[in-house]
Amino acid sequence: MTINRRDFLKKTGLGLSGLLVQPDISKLKLSSESTEDCAGMLFDASKCVGCTECQVACKLRLNSLNPDEDISEYDLNPRDLSAYTWSLIKLYKDEVDDSRSSFVKVQCMHCLHPACVSVCPVGALTKAENGPVVYDDKKCFGCRYCMAACPFDIPKYQWDKVFPLIQKCDFCADRQEAGRQPACSSVCPTGALLFGKREDLLEIARERIKNDPRYVDHIYGEHEVGGTSQLYISHVPFELLGFQALSAVSLAGLTWPWMSAVPGVAVVVASLMSGIYWFTKKRNQPQEEEKEE
Amino acid sequence: MTAIVQKSRPSFGPGTVVLAGLSIFGFTLMVIRWVTGLGATTAMIDGRGWGIWIGFDVLCGIALAAGAFSVAATVYIFQLKEFYPILRPTVLTGFIGYGLAALSISIDLGFPYRIWHLLIYWNVHSPLFEVGWCVMTYLTVLGLEISPIVFEKFNLKAPIKLIRSITIPLVILGVVLSTMHQSSLGTLFLPMLARVNPLWYSAILPILFFISAIAAGLSMVIIEATMSSAGLNHRLEVGLLGKLARAIPYVLGLYLALRIVDMLIAGDLRYMFAGDLYSFLFWTELVVGVIVPIILFSLPATRRNRYRMFWTAILVVVGLIFNRINISLIGFDGAPYWPTWQELFISIGMVSIGALAFVLASRYLAVFSSHHSEKTE
Repeated sequence: MTINRRDFLKKTGLGLSGLLVQPDISKLKLSSESTEDCAGMLFDASKCVGCTECQVACKLRLNSLNPDEDISEYDLNPRDLSAYTWSLIKLYKDEVDDSRSSFVKVQCMHCLHPACVSVCPVGALTKAENGPVVYDDKKCFGCRYCMAACPFDIPKYQWDKVFPLIQKCDFCADRQEAGRQPACSSVCPTGALLFGKREDLLEIARERIKNDPRYVDHIYGEHEVGGTSQLYISHVPFELLGFQALSAVSLAGLTWPWMSAVPGVAVVVASLMSGIYWFTKKRNQPQEEEKEE
Repeated sequence: MTAIVQKSRPSFGPGTVVLAGLSIFGFTLMVIRWVTGLGATTAMIDGRGWGIWIGFDVLCGIALAAGAFSVAATVYIFQLKEFYPILRPTVLTGFIGYGLAALSISIDLGFPYRIWHLLIYWNVHSPLFEVGWCVMTYLTVLGLEISPIVFEKFNLKAPIKLIRSITIPLVILGVVLSTMHQSSLGTLFLPMLARVNPLWYSAILPILFFISAIAAGLSMVIIEATMSSAGLNHRLEVGLLGKLARAIPYVLGLYLALRIVDMLIAGDLRYMFAGDLYSFLFWTELVVGVIVPIILFSLPATRRNRYRMFWTAILVVVGLIFNRINISLIGFDGAPYWPTWQELFISIGMVSIGALAFVLASRYLAVFSSHHSEKTE
């Protein structure tokens, strides 16, 4: 299992090393080693009691980021993520068997190979070395390609503004930089939400699954779309919690073969056209001279 | 010379007046959208971040302007000079089409005034980055290619000479840029593996987008030539358009073969015969926009008759519009969406502005008669 995953990461890592993000590639060596080193969070659905402390903590931090604007009134009872709700506890209610009901926390998954980062034409989204996918509101020009490309439907837009920004969970990148853990995981009273190194969290997740047969034998986010920083384990099938079955194919890796071929194609087409022009001109030479005089 | 002849009868029919009205209305709505924002004027929401301005105005607008590079290459690179009479109207359409695509992008962007960010913040991994750059550059190339019609009007010899001397490199650059961005519009959808319906998702989307754009671009040439000959009273080159029409079945045939083979390999057969809305749309698109035009354009009887040719070309264009709408809106998994009247009338306004610009240019500039002046010079 472990070996497979390492092999897999190595493979994708190789194929994507050039892709993974931006002009400042050097900063983001997302090879197999560094992805295992990056930060992550583990959400254990079986331990969540739905107290929404994490959601409140997230909102409070968001408020502190925008002191000029009171957004506490926005989305008092949000049903879904929005530009003003970056993290949300949802309830899956099983009508027949209540023991199968479960809470689930949704927020940005902070993919290891984020599609949003690879598609942003102005590089407003970047993958930080230690895990967070962060957004630069000074660069963004609002094309919303990230919203279309995200497999988890995470980036949201300030539709109420004349000049709207993309908004999404930033994994509390500022807090992490200051050596603190994200707001949400810092307040979780039940240990349902753990913050740590992704690699360590995977170990914990495997351990829990091994020791308790109630768990679904799957760590969501381990391989999905090339792996995500946010990991999930659950005693309820993931589809029921709203998680799509996604392949391990890194979405960012789907475009790169084509994008990297562009310069080559350009040279080939240009040479081909020049060649044909030269050939046809030579063939038409006599008439051509006549015409031009 | 001939431009003067045309200038002597600038009669504006009711069609032109309607176009002008729709253009002004559309432009007013654009200003309102810029002032009040996207949320206030469009039906787009979280979960449906791209509406008809991307699906129709940008994707279809750019694809339908592909005739410009195809015909320019035919005339200048393959040196089939007989196609010269349709070169100028085609390049003019291309210029207008790309200008409108750029305008559409500036309508759709949340920060229209930051459109220049593309110049300084680069992400070479993004298909949209490449499309943006190509559209900017190609718009310039097309502007230069078409600029002689303005210089001729004011009888400026020197700039015409300059443009003539760089025509070949310009045309080659145009072909290169078009190959790049027509295909990259397909690359745009490659990361959306989980969102785009398998009937439209394909690992070779870039190739499919490129080929279908050529077929639709050539069909647009036939449509414009026919419509402008009716409206502007100039002689229609039926024989010439027939030759163009003869090439289209080959292009569409290649497209059909690639698309079907790719779908069979990908195992999409079950979706094709699922009998749901998507399979219905898929077959409509393929039959109406690809298979029927292949058959019709292959018949000499179609190619000899301007109306039959016109309507067959319409089918190809409708097929392309279906395809781009299907992939970006209907077959694109997201929140339910129906455009607002503002979105619709801005799109209609865009088309009207394009048609109006073409009509005005045809009336006042030597769009259709340039081959005479070319030869006499």
